[in-house]
Amino acid sequence: MNREKKQLSSANPFVPEPARIVRTYYLTADVKFFQLRIVDMEKALSFRYRPGQFAMISVLGAGEAPFAISSTPSRPGLLEFCIRKAGTVTNALFRLKENNLIGLRGPYGNGFPIEKMINKDIIIIVGGLGAAPLRSVLLYYLDNRDQFRSISLLHGANRPSEMIFREEFFALKQREDLDCHLAVDEDDTGTWTENIGVVTSLFPKLKEIDPANTYALVCGPPLMYKFVIKELIKLNISKDQILMTLERRMKCGVGKCGHCAIDYIYTCLDGPVFTYWDVIHMRELI
Amino acid sequence: MRIAKLKKENLFPFLEIISEEADLWAPVKKGDKHIFKVIDDFSQIEMKANRTILPPRKIFLPPYFNMFHVSDKAYKEDFSHITKKILFGIHACDIHGLLILDNFFKQAYLDPYYLEARKNTLILGISCWPDEYCFAKSTNTHIIEEGYDLFFSDLKDFFLVWIGSSRGDDLIRLKLELFDENITDKDIQTYIAWETERNDAYKWSINFTALPDLMELKYRDSLWEKLGDACLACGSCTNVCPTCNCYNIMDKQFLAGKEGKIIRHWDACTLEEYSEITGGENFRKKRSDRLKLWYTHKLQAYISKYGKPSCVGCGRCLITCPVDINIKTLGKSLLGEKVDAFWDRLDKEVTR
Repeated sequence: MNREKKQLSSANPFVPEPARIVRTYYLTADVKFFQLRIVDMEKALSFRYRPGQFAMISVLGAGEAPFAISSTPSRPGLLEFCIRKAGTVTNALFRLKENNLIGLRGPYGNGFPIEKMINKDIIIIVGGLGAAPLRSVLLYYLDNRDQFRSISLLHGANRPSEMIFREEFFALKQREDLDCHLAVDEDDTGTWTENIGVVTSLFPKLKEIDPANTYALVCGPPLMYKFVIKELIKLNISKDQILMTLERRMKCGVGKCGHCAIDYIYTCLDGPVFTYWDVIHMRELI
Repeated sequence: MRIAKLKKENLFPFLEIISEEADLWAPVKKGDKHIFKVIDDFSQIEMKANRTILPPRKIFLPPYFNMFHVSDKAYKEDFSHITKKILFGIHACDIHGLLILDNFFKQAYLDPYYLEARKNTLILGISCWPDEYCFAKSTNTHIIEEGYDLFFSDLKDFFLVWIGSSRGDDLIRLKLELFDENITDKDIQTYIAWETERNDAYKWSINFTALPDLMELKYRDSLWEKLGDACLACGSCTNVCPTCNCYNIMDKQFLAGKEGKIIRHWDACTLEEYSEITGGENFRKKRSDRLKLWYTHKLQAYISKYGKPSCVGCGRCLITCPVDINIKTLGKSLLGEKVDAFWDRLDKEVTR
């Protein structure tokens, strides 16, 4: 028998990579933007991911949690996240300042099937913090604009002050190659110049699409899905071409801890991006 | 395969030699039950133990262990709980349980904590005799063909020792004179007679092949509400299950300074906060929904993926669940058979 204890493998998937907070500022009252750079320059530049993937971010003493990546892989080097202050880890994150170190590992999950969407029409429907993963894919489209046909963005928030990346999306409205519509449920400022109403009220503004060649990407609060999907089905978009990204409790990100399991799938490995057909097919998904 | 005979009186001398450089774990008595424990006195070993309270996975992934020592400088892996071990007296069904875990922990990402512990542990199985709770024949896990280094078939007067790995072969070579490699026709007859008698000793069985479809068809059956009403959400079924693997992570900071530990501890999908996300949303707030998850995993998901249930028929959930929610009562109810279970009598026996 081999009496020597085997050399322990260095490839421990649970070890985070130190990353530095390059920039951080408030997007809304309880959501902060974080721009991070992995300290090891080589690893920072070789960190490859797909829009829709997520990373585990850890703060020493507070713990680790999964967060959608908001930056686009077409702009390598820096990773961006928008994070709502909600629990132990995010509370600790919000106390950190620029130049502080955090732990980061990933990327995890399947991400959006970008290659299937080439030469297709795209509709992106964002509700609230759903902007976090969908900003990644939107920026990716815009950086590779000639690969896709029409791109429409419908973005809804409760109030103007709660619209994440508000300035960024207002700036995008100037682009002629993007059909961008913004809405708030209620305007408490009296200065809102865009639409008022829930995100589904923006559907009539959509330009004509070719449903067989359209992909719809949805992310927002659980309540939103039901109404948005109804509209998409009305447009005759196939259930396989309606994509959504879901949130689950995750402790490991690598398919071991079990918390994100739904039937036999693991959200962290097989998701977080699912089609609407998956959602109907697998009970419990939403 | 290499097979040898070992006289009963030669077992302890053999264990003595092989345990010189490794911790020997074996079943010992605890009250009227058994547990796996480090052995210093061979006479403590319960050769005829039935199932242990906790499954052998506790030896590979302890209920609570440290993954990392952390400082603001670095993450230092902690493998200090992994020592060289010999696990003696593990039954066929539990070895199947380890094979299911092996498969899981090698998928997609390798789990170094489990796999290192596995590499450092020799598996010395022993044959067993079914009691009224065992149903390993229904899961086809009552016999084992792989996953052990040595397997001892207890044939009353001697052990038939099956050598299942190169490491197992090295073990018997440490003291080859204790073994007899001359297997006679009479020995073979004894073995066949023993095996036949043992096969007949399983007192009940359950048809697993029908269960995946029934899980699907009866997903909204009132049976689940009945089970949910009775379930105590204590997590015992998951703690005793040899194929459960869920865990949670906890950061523990030392009082002074910027150092801490990252602890990994067993978790259970039947506990209320298991699926709760930050902000309070809980995808399985109802006990019946959590039971569905557990049984979907064991009886449906795993079967559709691997053609066999993630259940090895050990019977631990049968003797552990205080309200009789287990593979037998649930499986039989799904199959439309009448069962005698506390959860089924709840309305009559308990006034609410």
